[in-house]
Amino acid sequence: MHYAAGIDVGSLSTEAVILDSEARIVGESILETGFHSTRAAEKAFEAALAHAGLPAEAIETAVATGYGRISVPFAAKRITEISCHALGAWRLFPDTGTVIDIGGQDSKVIQVGTEGRVLDFTMNDKCAAGTGRFLDVMAAKLEVPLEDLGRLSLEARGEATISSVCTVFAESEVVSLVARNHPREEIIRGIHRSIVHRVVSMVRVVGVQGQVTMTGGVALNQGVVALLSEELGRPVRVPAEPRTVGAFGAALHALKGGA
Amino acid sequence: MTLLPAIRYRFMKDIGAPAAMRFAKMGKKRPARPPDPLFAPPLAATRRLKELISRHYFLSRYTRGAMPVAWVTSGAPVEILRPFGYYTLYPENHSALCGAQKVGGRMCAHAEEHGYSPDLCSYARIDLGHALTGNTPVGRLPRPDLLFASNNICQTVLYWYKILAARYGIPLILFDTPYRFADAEGGPDLEYMVGQMEAIIQQLEGISGRRFDREAFSRTIDLAKETSLLWGRVLATMKARPAPMTIFDAFAHMLPIVSLRGLESARGYYRLLLEELEERAERGVGAIREERKRLMWDNIAIWPRMREHANLFASHGMAFVTATYTNAWAETTPLLDPGRPLESLAKAYSCVILNHHLEHRLKLMERLIREYRVDGLVIHSARSCKPYSVGQYDIKRLLLERLSIPSVVIEADIADERAYAEEQTRTRLEAFFEALEEE
Repeated sequence: MHYAAGIDVGSLSTEAVILDSEARIVGESILETGFHSTRAAEKAFEAALAHAGLPAEAIETAVATGYGRISVPFAAKRITEISCHALGAWRLFPDTGTVIDIGGQDSKVIQVGTEGRVLDFTMNDKCAAGTGRFLDVMAAKLEVPLEDLGRLSLEARGEATISSVCTVFAESEVVSLVARNHPREEIIRGIHRSIVHRVVSMVRVVGVQGQVTMTGGVALNQGVVALLSEELGRPVRVPAEPRTVGAFGAALHALKGGA
Repeated sequence: MTLLPAIRYRFMKDIGAPAAMRFAKMGKKRPARPPDPLFAPPLAATRRLKELISRHYFLSRYTRGAMPVAWVTSGAPVEILRPFGYYTLYPENHSALCGAQKVGGRMCAHAEEHGYSPDLCSYARIDLGHALTGNTPVGRLPRPDLLFASNNICQTVLYWYKILAARYGIPLILFDTPYRFADAEGGPDLEYMVGQMEAIIQQLEGISGRRFDREAFSRTIDLAKETSLLWGRVLATMKARPAPMTIFDAFAHMLPIVSLRGLESARGYYRLLLEELEERAERGVGAIREERKRLMWDNIAIWPRMREHANLFASHGMAFVTATYTNAWAETTPLLDPGRPLESLAKAYSCVILNHHLEHRLKLMERLIREYRVDGLVIHSARSCKPYSVGQYDIKRLLLERLSIPSVVIEADIADERAYAEEQTRTRLEAFFEALEEE
């Protein structure tokens, strides 16, 4: 039996996935990237190995992806997260036609073809609106743990209007809503609506095709997923662990290359 | 023209400039470099190009009193100025030069400090920054006596040149080209433009105190046309596989066709360049050592990132073989006709892609894709150039639908190096290369 690894060094978190030769996940890990990409990659790799109960020598090929992909010395190859998310999502849901990945630093919409190939993509990478960073800033402002945002927004009865697409201006809108004692759940829902509008306009640029799969950390927020599905008028599927899809895709590439 | 400055100019042209060029070359003797792993040896013509540019800016300093100086937009019918003996400078070209030297941001900041919005075109901001502070990496630019602008490339030039006219207290000549919403030939638009040309000639006669020499004008048109055709043939050498140069080279070699059109020096230069490229194509020498995929570029160059991008693309075996931008100076100037100078000039200058409806641009791109056997398209969405950047997402979608040509959009700027995100752009481009390689 031989094994392959994928390491996704993102702006906020680093994930590692280890696959056996049948492409089954035998180990995975998620860590904070911190300030040292190479160390984060090594630690995530070690944690995934420990999870799989394997020595490092058992890994035939490792592929690195994410913004820190150049800082993974033990990777045989570096592949962009766009190709990795496409392949990972396609492998999990073979009828995937569109991948929406909202990460910490940017968001992407990818059109996926046969065998998980990238047909087209668009990225939002010039501003924080429409990224996980936007939710981070807002959660801190509202003193809500990030992971509670989704639940709270689903509990909202109404919805506050956040009209600005800029994180800094949206934050000042939130400040004035707080000043007027607007219910917190409704503000959160308004924040989610704002991020979803940004993402939906990107989806329209590429065009929706087939089933929609959402990956990346923000996919854990059910509030965002529900609104996204409402705005797109179609279901949005989320894998059991959306954060490791990039690393999973990288490991699949490693398996392809190493076989 | 007074005698002394005229003699001084003549002396600098014949003796001073060549001596200065030789002096600049001394001490620059580099030891023979090992062969580059990515690129073929540099073109011999490049050295001649550098001389041509240096000489052009160098000589411009000795024009005061010897000959009038005109600042001209890249899309203005400069041929009409030539018989009056103007020394022509192109602020857009100067701004691109500043961008390539990565001082664009600093010069833009001068304009911004004076209240000009950062949303304005960076060519305009750099030029206004220069006008306000006198800063320029080329040493010194002569004060203009005349401004000549055409709105066939954008509307910004009108306001930008009006500011210059007010600042220098000099006349501004505008050539207005109605936007072409359809392919219709002739009609009131053509009459309107020819009428303007006649009025411009009268205006120029008034300003210069010289009679318009129609014969010299016809000769200029003839020369400009021949030079344009040569430029078109230079670009066409990239149809060869592997291509003997890439669009990154063409971005540099386009200076004479933009700024020295209608002059002998430009024609001479392209004869030289064409000969070298044809010879390379014949021998099967590619500009990049391993040409795996052939790409098309849309929009103006990202001047501050030329070298980095040339390396990045070459290291992935990606050769740019055609661009809507470099093609613009080969596309319509062949319409020039010395027999019908004014009419043909109006046609050639109003039919440029930026003054034309989107379907026209799309058809042009489809033709280039087929002729140059293009595998993919890189679209530069330029913060500065709205007329060029609008409609790019439609173009992207339609080219994918009609010709299955994949494309990627990168967001940057033409000359302001501050509007660029290195990592993000690299990720977009590498993802695009991965998708192309999988095909």
